[in-house]
Amino acid sequence: MNHLGTNFYEAVSVILFGIGFMNLLLQNNLIKKFIGLNIMDTAVYLFLAAKGYIWGRVAPILTDGIVDASYYVNPIPAGLVLTGIVVSVSVTAFSLALVQRLYMHYGTLNMDEIMKISREEEGE
Amino acid sequence: MGEKKSFWKHLKAWVDGEEVILDADKYIVSRSVKEKKNWGGRYSMENIKGNKKLYGFLSVAISVLFIGIMLSVVNDLPEFGNPSNPANNEVMERYLESGIEETGAINFVAGMILDYRAFDTFGESNVLFLAVMCVVLLLKKDKNNYSEKEEAENWEDDYFDENEKRPILKVGGKLLAPLIILYGIYVILNGHLSPGGGFSGGTIIGAGLILYASAYGQKKMQTFFTFRTFTLICVACLLTYCACKSYSFFTGANHVGYEIPKGIPGNILSSGFILPLNICVGLIVACTMYGFYALFTKGDI
Repeated sequence: MNHLGTNFYEAVSVILFGIGFMNLLLQNNLIKKFIGLNIMDTAVYLFLAAKGYIWGRVAPILTDGIVDASYYVNPIPAGLVLTGIVVSVSVTAFSLALVQRLYMHYGTLNMDEIMKISREEEGE
Repeated sequence: MGEKKSFWKHLKAWVDGEEVILDADKYIVSRSVKEKKNWGGRYSMENIKGNKKLYGFLSVAISVLFIGIMLSVVNDLPEFGNPSNPANNEVMERYLESGIEETGAINFVAGMILDYRAFDTFGESNVLFLAVMCVVLLLKKDKNNYSEKEEAENWEDDYFDENEKRPILKVGGKLLAPLIILYGIYVILNGHLSPGGGFSGGTIIGAGLILYASAYGQKKMQTFFTFRTFTLICVACLLTYCACKSYSFFTGANHVGYEIPKGIPGNILSSGFILPLNICVGLIVACTMYGFYALFTKGDI
């Protein structure tokens, strides 16, 4: 079992996922954090799309009336990626709305400053 | 006995709505005692976060370790593009070989997500609707969360939308927006015949609406697209989707035998319920995309 040389799509998607995770941990700006989250989502789509591909086959749309499973690639990951995109768009919109409310209240997007101001407001 | 008594006390307090303040004194005492414990010593989370260099080094180290572990997993995964991989099993064969007879859609993916797995897509539409409702809850302006400064800014924006020239944007919006919306309608209506469908076509229509709104301003948009039409379209589409799929599941599961005619595969009026469902999903997605834009820029649809 040594397929790192042939599985480079999966390898790239894993590395992208790690970059997104690093972004999520290192950035202090909330909008940049959500950009990191979106990079992680994209890595998952790339992984799923790579899992569905089969060498030398065509997209799952009927061509020349050929009804044969060995002529088309796997259509199931396409549906899964569609679900993932919709959920990621919804989550991004919701979190950006929360960020906008936070900015209206605290006047900053920096995570540390928001924590500091909120602690001061609590009076500790 | 004592336990029973306290249970009734709690129930009475819960009915009266005073459950929170019942043991408030005890809770405050216990909280102030607990607070001073510092388990981690100098390695606690706050110290690590305070030390910028250590925090950065640890973040990079954790991410690199994670990438290493996942790469070793990728090393053991089955080969890329091999037809005999475990992912390419009998489910895929079933979808591809009897998909045309059973759903009548040329596009196998459309047949899969809107016929075999239609409840999944229904859930997705509901997720989008819920997301836009959450954004409305957070960002829609009303008397309570609306300051004078924002009102002045909004008034200024409207003034510029009306009086500024911006010829490239305005002429471009006027010429391109109808074409973009027309293309989106084409993609939705051909969802079962070619690549595309409700989600992609709806996004294209939403892009056209956003282009028009950014060129001519929110006020002109509100002549034909208000919050009322937005909710009406979304709810009507969700209910239509629900009714269509309930009908087909009910008749199919109970062997009533009345089926929607599939038509000839390849015609635009074919493949049963897939075309109306695509239209429903497309309208929901278009409204949602434009709703996000309008709420984030002006706080009103």
